[in-house]
Amino acid sequence: MTEAARSAASAAGATPAVEATGIFKQFGSTQALRGVDLTLQPGRCLGLVGRNGAGKSTLVSILSGIYPADAGTVRFDGRPAPPLGAVGEWRRRIATVFQHSMVVPELTVAENVFLGSHPGPRGLVDWRAMREQARQIMADWGFPLDVNQPCARLSVEQRQIVEIARALAAGTRCLLLDEPTAALERAAVTRLFERVRQLTDSGVAVLYISHHLEEVFEICQDAAVIRDGELVLTAKVKDLSKERTVSAMVGAQTATLAPAGPASHSAGALPGEPSAPADACLQIEHLRAASPQGPVRDVSLEIAPGERVGVTGLLSAGVTTLARVVAGAAPYESGTVAIDGRPLPSGRRDRALKAGVGYIPEDRQAEGFVALLGVAENGTMTIVDWLARRLGWFRPRARSAAMAPLARTLSIVSAGLGQPVGELSGGNQQKVTVARSIARRPRLIVAIAPTRGVDVASKSLLLAELAAVTERSGAGLLLATDELSDLDICHRVVVLVRGERFAEFGAPPFDREALIAATEGLASGDGGPPAPTDTDERGTA
Amino acid sequence: MTDISERSRAEVEAILQGRSRRAAAISLVREAALVPVLIVLIVVGTVVNPAFLTASNFSGIGQQVSALGVTVVGESLILLIGGMDLSLEGTYGLAPTVAAWLMVPVLEYGSGANLNPYLAIVVLLVVGAAIGLINGLLIVKGRLNGFIVTLGMTIVLAGVQQGIVKGNTLFNLPAAFNDLGAKEFGQLPVSLIVAAIIFVGTGLFLRYHRAGRAIYAVGGNREAARAAGIKVDRIRIGVYITGSVLAAIGGLMEAGRVSAVTGTQGYQEGIIFAVFAAAVIGGVSLRGGRGNMVGAASGVILLGLVQNILDLSNVSNYWIEAVDGGVILFALLLARIIGGEATAE
Repeated sequence: MTEAARSAASAAGATPAVEATGIFKQFGSTQALRGVDLTLQPGRCLGLVGRNGAGKSTLVSILSGIYPADAGTVRFDGRPAPPLGAVGEWRRRIATVFQHSMVVPELTVAENVFLGSHPGPRGLVDWRAMREQARQIMADWGFPLDVNQPCARLSVEQRQIVEIARALAAGTRCLLLDEPTAALERAAVTRLFERVRQLTDSGVAVLYISHHLEEVFEICQDAAVIRDGELVLTAKVKDLSKERTVSAMVGAQTATLAPAGPASHSAGALPGEPSAPADACLQIEHLRAASPQGPVRDVSLEIAPGERVGVTGLLSAGVTTLARVVAGAAPYESGTVAIDGRPLPSGRRDRALKAGVGYIPEDRQAEGFVALLGVAENGTMTIVDWLARRLGWFRPRARSAAMAPLARTLSIVSAGLGQPVGELSGGNQQKVTVARSIARRPRLIVAIAPTRGVDVASKSLLLAELAAVTERSGAGLLLATDELSDLDICHRVVVLVRGERFAEFGAPPFDREALIAATEGLASGDGGPPAPTDTDERGTA
Repeated sequence: MTDISERSRAEVEAILQGRSRRAAAISLVREAALVPVLIVLIVVGTVVNPAFLTASNFSGIGQQVSALGVTVVGESLILLIGGMDLSLEGTYGLAPTVAAWLMVPVLEYGSGANLNPYLAIVVLLVVGAAIGLINGLLIVKGRLNGFIVTLGMTIVLAGVQQGIVKGNTLFNLPAAFNDLGAKEFGQLPVSLIVAAIIFVGTGLFLRYHRAGRAIYAVGGNREAARAAGIKVDRIRIGVYITGSVLAAIGGLMEAGRVSAVTGTQGYQEGIIFAVFAAAVIGGVSLRGGRGNMVGAASGVILLGLVQNILDLSNVSNYWIEAVDGGVILFALLLARIIGGEATAE
């Protein structure tokens, strides 16, 4: 209660918009939350940070009325929370913008804004009033959106606007943003922050959940750190340092993990210069590919055994397409992709696998694992032909035996190797995907945004493990990412702009500003650090 | 690394062992979810009619349900890869019709080709495989919706079946053709033995064969399976073919049991409803990736028992179907309650 009192004092005695006290929640044998006290003040933004599995999502679900708490109370504006089933009542008090978009793509912006609460008498829909009110909200808040277009055409950023507008339409004075920047480009993030400030200025209480500490430090006034289901730190952002926040997230392991920068792993780990191109494990020549995720235009690239090459660029610059083509997950039009000198057919993931390409897909929920199947089965899915004996029959025990060492190196935490991967935490799911990609001892690992949605501490572990695998096995790594800090494990970085090679950076550490400028297509790409150019007012702490 | 080191290793291992044992116990309960229902049905049957609890009655039930059972195995495989096939009903009728038509003389509405019965059985299997291949290609390569494709196919197949025999029934089939559905091996009907072998064999295949595991992977998450290098299209088409071949074998059993192929075998009884009901009652998910042969078999046995008890009881013929449907819905609800969220979806 002391924390709450302190925050309350800071907001000049206002009633808290949300006050959760003593929240406990258990799932099966997992104690997800152990007595959490959390207070949101009107007009302030509270940043909630914590590692994967710390209890953030559970807390969000309880505050949005999706699960009941086992114990504890939630109060809105001083009044007790409505009963769990009263969805409409909850929505009027608190609105949540989830990681995964909750708009109906087939409906128009106006319909989505008023989804479930269409204006009009006796259940009839007054279309004109609905459009008019939606337009009014957009105008009031300066959101540049045509309310008559279907949401299917909207970008991720615009869909978020629709969800925020929905909350405003319901008169909600409290907003939960659950990792809102995960899928946004940098400029869109800046605009989102502008909107959040606008909301808090008008007295809305915001709970901002993010893996990115910089973001919390940029737009939040208060910060809370959750670890193992407990709030271990609550403070004003201006009184906090990044180091203190990270050590609170990580807990007792501070000594080994606090430096957290992947740079520390790559420092002593650089092998000799890449070998001669003759024995390159990956050779791409004049590759062209079309894709809704951005085209690739005439890209050539070689990766030597043991070499780690980063590829980065803006959202539709073709970075993802290039990686997917190399992994055989997407087709190409012309040019060649060769592994150890042998060309790969277009769009044949199975052939690429046999040729020695391990693949960590971008969206692990969609492509990374089969949720219903166990850890061992998912991790060994790429090597069933090795495990099988005559005519394709095999013993399930062979799977566990093959998986056990992988699970140990990657420190996958599960209730046994048979536990369905869908039940694991996000970080462990990603580790299973990594296990699947390295199980076949690949010559080349293609990883797309492998740390997306993974917390700070697991992030550095994961990157260190990827680096270690390439050291041990001599495999090359193609790391496609828009997360610049991931690139610190790479020996060199190639920047794509509109599908073409724009710049290359020789050796770490890479100059963050120069990288950003290059992705925007603003510098001459001759490998040297490009001239500093003021691109836009993005805040990088 | 971080999470483990917080506790001692032995402690963690003890917890993990306990959890996996509990998980195993839970999955056993789910697989056996229908056992209490089956016991209740047997008790009810015994009370309704003393003739129920006899070896000859059970062997009769076995013979009746084996055709359904083999078709349910086919449909379950297709459901497991996240598909659905309504046209198994048409295959169940058309494949034996074509085979019988090739054996029977012109005077008895056959083709007069006088085909050897063993060759006719080969033809039957080929017809099944061909239908499955067409379905598979249209759905997988043509990217058409499986529901609509197989609905259209059902109507086409029923029409062809009627057309070949001009609505007539083919009798006087050679004994070798009828044996699978009609013969008994000691006390046991041959069809029941074959159906049991197919159930057990498919169950083992699903658990211990790499293609069987690939079926679960494809049904559970098609894109993840593709990213792991599984040949998804090949698996899906293969399963559509296998499903249709099994339906053709089911049709052969039914033809043997009644020593005839009617022009309307399959769709007249609306067998596809019983097929779906048995699979879903048995816990095979309509959304793919979940289900097993123990469940599918208990679903089939349940439907067989219900049908038999209704036949033996004094329920009026006009009301039998209403009661039958009601019992199916009740069994579905019960399976859901006992088996939890995962079942009966």
